[in-house]
Amino acid sequence: MSVNQQAHAGLPYGQPQPGYQGYQQSGYGGQQMSGVHHSQYGAYNGPLPGYQQPAPPQGYFSSLGFPSKGSPVSLNSDTPTLAPNFIGTLRAPPTSGAPPPTSGASVPAGHPVYSQFGQGDVQNGVATSAVQMQRPSASQPFIPGTAPAPISQPATFRQYGPSPTSAQQLTNHMAGMQIGSSTSAPLPAGLGYGPPTSVPPASGNFTVTGSGLYTSYSSSQGPPPVTMTHGLPPTSLSQGLSLAQPAFSGPPLSAQHRPQAPGFLPPPCSTGIEPSSYPSATGAPRPSTMQGSQLSGQALTGLPTSQPNHVSSPPPHPSMSGPAMTGLQGPPPPTHPSQSGYQMQQNGSFGQVRGPQPNYGSAYPGTPNYGSQPAPPPPPKRLDPDSIPSPIQVIEDDRNNRGSEPFITGVRGQVPPLVTTNFLVKDQGNASPRYIRCTSYNIPCTSDMAKQSQVPLAAVIKPLATLPTDEAPPYLVDHGEPGPIRCNRCKAYMCPFMQFIEGGRRFQCCFCSCVTEVPPHYFQHLDHTGKRVDFYDRPELSLGSYEFLATVSYCKNNKFPNPPAFIFMIDVSYNAVKSGLVRLICEELKSLLDYLPREGNMEESAIRVGFVTYNKVLHFYNVKSSLAQPQMMVVSDVADMFVPLLDGFLVNVNESRTVIVSLLDQIPEMFADTRETETVFAPVIQAGMEALKAAECAGKLFIFHTSLPIAEAPGKLKNRDDRKLINTDKEKTLFQPQTSFYSNLAKDCVAQGCCVDLFLFPNQYLDVATLGVVPYQTGGTIYKYAYFQLETDQERFLNDLRKDVQKEVGFDAVMRVRTSTGIRATDFFGAFYMSNTTDVELAGLDCDKTITVEFRHDDKLSEDSGALLQCALLYTNCAGQRRLRIHNLSLNCCTQLADLYRNCETDTLINFLAKFAYRGVLNNPVKTVRDTLINQCAQILACYRKNCASPSSAGQLILPECMKLLPVYLNCVLKSDVLQPGAEVTTDDRAYIRQLVSSMDVAETNVFFYPRLLPLTKVDVDSDTLPAAIRNSEERLSKGDMYLLENGLNIFVWVGVNVQQGLIQNLFGVSSFNYISSTLNTLPVLENPFSKRVRSIIDMFQAQRSRYMKLIIVKQEDKLEMLFKHFLVEDKSMSGGASYVDFLCHMHKEIRQLLS
Amino acid sequence: MATFLEFIQQNEDRDGVRFSWNVWPSSRLEATRMVVPVASLFTPLKERPDLPPIQYEPVLCSRTTCRAVLNPLCQVDYRAKLWACNFCYQRNQFPPTYAGISEMNQPAELLPQFSSIEYVVQRGPQMPLIFLYVVDTCMEDEDLQALKESMQMSLSLLPPTALVGLITFGRMVQVHELGCEGISKSYVFRGTKDLSAKQLQVIDKKTIKKPSNPENDWKGERYASRPCQPIEQETVCRKIDMNLTDLLGELQRDPWPVPQGKRPLRSSGVASFYSYFLCVLQCTFPNTGAHILMFIGGPGTQGPGMVVGDELKLPIRSWHDIEKDNANYVKKATKHFEALANRAATTGHVIDIYACALDQTGLLEMKCCPNYTGGYMVMGDSFNTSLFKQTFQRVFTKDMQGQFKMGFGGTLEIKTSREIKISGAIGPCVSLNSKGPCVSENEIGTGGTCQWKICGLNPNTTLALYFEVVNQHNAPIPQGGRGAIQFVTQYQHSSGQRRIRVTTVARNWADAQTQIQNIAASFDQEAAAILMARLAVYRAETEEGPDVLRWLDRQLIRLCQKFGEYHKDDPGSFRFSETFSLYPQFMFHLRRSPFLQVFNNSPDESSYYRHHFMRQDLTQSLIMIQPILYAYSFSGPPEPVLLDSSSILPDRILLMDTFFQILIYHGEPQWRKSGYQDMPEYENFRHLLQAPIDDAQEILHSRFPMPRYIDTEHGGSQARFLLSKVNPSQTHNNMYAWGQVSIQNIVLQVFMDHLKKLAVSSAA
Repeated sequence: MSVNQQAHAGLPYGQPQPGYQGYQQSGYGGQQMSGVHHSQYGAYNGPLPGYQQPAPPQGYFSSLGFPSKGSPVSLNSDTPTLAPNFIGTLRAPPTSGAPPPTSGASVPAGHPVYSQFGQGDVQNGVATSAVQMQRPSASQPFIPGTAPAPISQPATFRQYGPSPTSAQQLTNHMAGMQIGSSTSAPLPAGLGYGPPTSVPPASGNFTVTGSGLYTSYSSSQGPPPVTMTHGLPPTSLSQGLSLAQPAFSGPPLSAQHRPQAPGFLPPPCSTGIEPSSYPSATGAPRPSTMQGSQLSGQALTGLPTSQPNHVSSPPPHPSMSGPAMTGLQGPPPPTHPSQSGYQMQQNGSFGQVRGPQPNYGSAYPGTPNYGSQPAPPPPPKRLDPDSIPSPIQVIEDDRNNRGSEPFITGVRGQVPPLVTTNFLVKDQGNASPRYIRCTSYNIPCTSDMAKQSQVPLAAVIKPLATLPTDEAPPYLVDHGEPGPIRCNRCKAYMCPFMQFIEGGRRFQCCFCSCVTEVPPHYFQHLDHTGKRVDFYDRPELSLGSYEFLATVSYCKNNKFPNPPAFIFMIDVSYNAVKSGLVRLICEELKSLLDYLPREGNMEESAIRVGFVTYNKVLHFYNVKSSLAQPQMMVVSDVADMFVPLLDGFLVNVNESRTVIVSLLDQIPEMFADTRETETVFAPVIQAGMEALKAAECAGKLFIFHTSLPIAEAPGKLKNRDDRKLINTDKEKTLFQPQTSFYSNLAKDCVAQGCCVDLFLFPNQYLDVATLGVVPYQTGGTIYKYAYFQLETDQERFLNDLRKDVQKEVGFDAVMRVRTSTGIRATDFFGAFYMSNTTDVELAGLDCDKTITVEFRHDDKLSEDSGALLQCALLYTNCAGQRRLRIHNLSLNCCTQLADLYRNCETDTLINFLAKFAYRGVLNNPVKTVRDTLINQCAQILACYRKNCASPSSAGQLILPECMKLLPVYLNCVLKSDVLQPGAEVTTDDRAYIRQLVSSMDVAETNVFFYPRLLPLTKVDVDSDTLPAAIRNSEERLSKGDMYLLENGLNIFVWVGVNVQQGLIQNLFGVSSFNYISSTLNTLPVLENPFSKRVRSIIDMFQAQRSRYMKLIIVKQEDKLEMLFKHFLVEDKSMSGGASYVDFLCHMHKEIRQLLS
Repeated sequence: MATFLEFIQQNEDRDGVRFSWNVWPSSRLEATRMVVPVASLFTPLKERPDLPPIQYEPVLCSRTTCRAVLNPLCQVDYRAKLWACNFCYQRNQFPPTYAGISEMNQPAELLPQFSSIEYVVQRGPQMPLIFLYVVDTCMEDEDLQALKESMQMSLSLLPPTALVGLITFGRMVQVHELGCEGISKSYVFRGTKDLSAKQLQVIDKKTIKKPSNPENDWKGERYASRPCQPIEQETVCRKIDMNLTDLLGELQRDPWPVPQGKRPLRSSGVASFYSYFLCVLQCTFPNTGAHILMFIGGPGTQGPGMVVGDELKLPIRSWHDIEKDNANYVKKATKHFEALANRAATTGHVIDIYACALDQTGLLEMKCCPNYTGGYMVMGDSFNTSLFKQTFQRVFTKDMQGQFKMGFGGTLEIKTSREIKISGAIGPCVSLNSKGPCVSENEIGTGGTCQWKICGLNPNTTLALYFEVVNQHNAPIPQGGRGAIQFVTQYQHSSGQRRIRVTTVARNWADAQTQIQNIAASFDQEAAAILMARLAVYRAETEEGPDVLRWLDRQLIRLCQKFGEYHKDDPGSFRFSETFSLYPQFMFHLRRSPFLQVFNNSPDESSYYRHHFMRQDLTQSLIMIQPILYAYSFSGPPEPVLLDSSSILPDRILLMDTFFQILIYHGEPQWRKSGYQDMPEYENFRHLLQAPIDDAQEILHSRFPMPRYIDTEHGGSQARFLLSKVNPSQTHNNMYAWGQVSIQNIVLQVFMDHLKKLAVSSAA
């Protein structure tokens, strides 16, 4: 297993991009070749060394060879059949289905097959294959490993086997693979892979795909392309050299892995290959896993050599390798990890190839082994998880490389550090990436190019983002009466890119080229460089982000706005009262009202507050300061909502404190005996909106709601939850609102600047899709606490409420994005309302809300002038001041696709794609959306492969350095609850998450889709640094460790069964694992360094997120573990989501199809 | 029997009844020739401090169509213990409790002096009094403050068992829940919304379905709707009192901004509407007397009862607009309030309107509310005037027993002898549509029934009842036969008891052909004048104004022709007997009165004056028609003088009482300016000055509504009130013209001359 993994890893690493496919293929080849390996290995070895040093090419070759080997290996297993399979491999496999089982057999067969595979691999070319073979072999460990592997593999198989489906699939694969006879399932798989390569396109999902992948892998690997890939990656990598080597090495490694893994891998590949088939394929995947395990074992063995590359991933394929792994892993992994990891990094995105690389590297070292062990390779077949691009590695690399220096925004088209990296931003003319991030910082000059690449051009804008304390907030520019200087034609605001001409008397707009007179009061002379003399004195000339004080003409009705208001609207129906919610809210509000957002250094908040309670009717409260006691006003005419009072409804907190406190004291008492269970909803919003209208101000409604509004009133809803609709064409209706009433209401709210934040406490279905319409379109937020219980959810809710009330927010906002001529903002995603095609209208916009804007070409851009974005947000701040916040960003333009791919940002891309897909489910069947998503990514990658990656075998998976994580992240998106719901996910959850994601920023989507997993036992209690994260796979969890996983909504603390008692005692205050209560929702406060440190980490995480995360303690093998596993996104998911490895295979296949 | 005058006076004092004729013509034909119909003014709750209520229930005639009450006119057979109904002649057994009856031992109801008698119904629960305050908040702070004080004052006057509710309105309508601690609660409704009957029914049913025992309901649901609260028990009482007082104290002016050039949005229509139905529904005391006190500071400008738009540039309707059919809202609003008034009347709730504003407030449209239900209508310039304050205080006047001088939910039933039937009633009542043998087909006023509902009664409330003699000419009445009428008034006394007052009167029949002098001598010209005036005003309210005057003139001429002594075509020969002598003069003043003349009066004022005219007793009504003018001078004690411009002299102090105004006219201003009254040696002058003031105060203290008090002198702007009332016998053409009286007014003398001429004319 380990071997396989390694192999995988190796491949990817070595040839990052190609590596993938190559890997798999190689894997196949590997297996098949295993037999051959020796010879090939030998070759590999050769190459390997080369790799390490100069011989990248060789390495590549070798890698290529690997794949081929891989297949052969599988062949080996079923030797006789294999050969045939090989050719027909892919197809044949199915028939052979049975054979595969005998992994051991397969392995042996593999060798013979090998050669065949090599053929099968075609791309790789024999030689390559040979090389690869060698590599595997090179990774002597493999050989040894492999040798044992057979045995181990079987074992692993069994383990894998456990999952019957997988077994079956395996068998299928295996069959597909070839081997019918071959006992060793893995091998068959491997075989299958092999075949697939050849056949891939043709048919069988699993086998075919698998094979396809494999082939591709092999091809990629095999083919020198590796080098190519290297070349590419290098660019990204920056460390070209090392890359090359690594890549090389990578390939080899991969090759090795493959060889080993082949058998194993194949299956995975197959599974991975066809997403669609995934579910069904699960079985197949298993095989892969099986293989994985075997591989791991092997890999491990082999890895050692290759490890370096894989390092990080070494243990990979946890699931797969599981058992086998363990055995094998034990030794090898360690080495691998380090190695692989390295390679990974070096390689760049493809780190995967890494496997190979490491292998290479190691392989080299291992070479000897190879030579000696060519035989072993057989076992490795599988795509080594460690060899495929690791998000962790990428994150770590970026953090190490870019975290230390400030990011200076002066240069056009700079790609900022990743969102996971802590960096300081110095604004020198472009907006901080905290405000704007783009999918690409280099935009194709023409729409043809853009279409060809399929890379979406989008910017994720968070106009009011909170900056770290060491970065200065945007400067406020006050031009007094005349207001901001703007272009006459396009009305763009003065910014650093405006060109002053004619001695400063005029300026030329950087967006539309129109020349505008400089108003006399703004005139300034230019220096010899054409810059205004006051350049540095004026933020709007020197900075990327700044604010203008708006004049009265920017205000509604030409009147300066009143300070905004917050209205708290509390459901007091039976459920809310009984659960203690009403009392809780009232208690909290008493203190919370002291923390309303303030502007700058103002003494007290200008925000006024109002209170409403409701069930079937609404109760308004007059809390005017002059009253001795609050007055309650009941409005039962919900059909035609109105506000019963004006004066005294919205009050200043300090002035009316006693009355407010008295009111909040009494509300719980008043409704203590209520028996009213029905609620209304739309009238509540109407009431709030009318109140704001009457007070002539903007504001925010905080609605605390518990149930489906079934009382007779406008906006009344019925329960229409129907899980049967899932996976049908009607599934989209679950995301659509029941009635258009709320959309219209939202429109009215926006017109009034009434933002709605909704806190939901449902005990059953309450139709989030409909209730959420208004919050969503008004720029509000939804919080949902299902089955709210005071004890467990109180803290989370209160923290959310506090944060929500306190955070900076703008009201009655209009955002417009202006761009250089040539591109145009065409589509917008997020929580807002649009009444025309250009203006984003937001009743409210807080510091956590993000708007994603997609751009399209409407003309050509020029490389010289680049492309400029200006995002202007007109809003009312919490003091009631009207302001304009301007963010400017300049991007490069390119005529070469390679430039585009070199300047992309995958996290942002994923953010965009997720939002795109999540919006798509409103109107399309989910399956269509998923396919579209996969297809688009495949096109992106294929375009790269075709146009940027230098010549290489078509079977090689080559990913752009910048996008090497695209497959893994994309897989996470595809597996998310919205796009692939599990049985336990409710309709409301899906609707909720759908809306949630729609306004997430890049950092949030990043961690949401690929959760952060930290080994707690590795926490250094004495330092502030966090332990290195690990990849989200069960294989990487150790029984003896505790882990912390966060995804922005939840935090899990996973406790392995074998964790030291001391640690348990320190953290939970109980004596043993068995005493840990899984119902805890906080960690006990214990006075020991470990507990303190862990809690401080959790606190830190909580602080980083806009929502308070629910803490869940998961004990290994406890029933809650299922929930936890859902977040191990590299694994196959319960709901049928593909594992990373499988998906990668599938992607590869897709790409290959596109290329052919 | 001395004179008819004494008889009339005695009857009025005892029974509260005055007939136009005290001897009735015995046939239908004759009766119609009398011009003035046989009719009566009846004051159901005529104060009779000497009349102890009887603690048992009346004995009724057993004939189901009769059900007359045993009375002194009945023939009684003491031996057989039988009595004969004097209306239907049914012979009835006395009930067992009357077993001991004998000639020596008669029950009170058989004694002649108890022709009016009051029974107390012992059955049934004691009903609480309900007072619902409906308050307009669209007014100046000063006004509101004054109003709040008045209301708080009134609260202190309420008996502890009374229930109180509060509704405020402006742009919204707010129904306040009383008695919650810590927080004051109210239900708010949109002022523009006219809840359909259907919607109301929904609420209706729900409320009615509640537990049948209202007491439980009351205390059962803690926060259920309970807009009315009993001022009950000491603790609760105090609390609620405090509560309500606080609530009133915190009442704010309607906070909604009123843009320039606009009127505040005021939902009078909806407010009263809600007040009404809420009280009915929520209190679940449907047939209990309830006073709905509406305080209005301006015209309704939105919702179903709106009487004017909110644009200030469009003024509220005038008579001119109405005549030109140019008043957009009048019909709709009137319809709305009529529906409301009818509902309130059927459930026995009284709607009072206290409207204080400088401009009109829509009384024209709302008048039916108090008119149908027997409520008060008070009109003033501001709540911050003594006129309003004292008037309002007087609503809560108590009698010797400490009970409010008001009755609730009354019904008046009339039984008549066979020869006479009831044609209708004019006054603050609505028909109960009860047909019976004594109902005439000929309707006058609210007719077609023998029962009327009078939701609000006070000792002055007076109805005009019109009868028709139905005896045929050829069916002579036996000599000495008497026609009898029985008035049965059931009402809820303010103590909570249900009471029944029975008044039985009888008058002689006379053959008009042979005994016309008898009949003429029995003419009560004061009563007749008022009865005819009511008829005229009633017609004016429902028909065209000028026609009414013509009709009135014709009636007068016919009366003159019938009862005057004259030679044909010789005006100079015309003589009227004493019993008729004042009648033409009343008619003259009636013609000029604001009850029939709308010139110079706004529709609201007309409605206001008519309202009071239609419910006051004879004395007050007469004052309204023909103001009283007293002269004070050194030459003697105060004396009444002619209501004529010739009475205005420079050296005379005049006191004029027009019912609505008390005016003191000081003649030449130098009089007082010289300051003689302050010198001890001119004490008599001071007394002279003081005398009319004292007299005025006396009137001011007793009258409801409190009159506008005017102290003026010659040339004072307020003197116009006097000048508009006096007979313009002198005009500026006269040498001694003191008053500048409108020439348009016909001079009494001219009027009389003309009348004589017409009366004696053979052509007529």
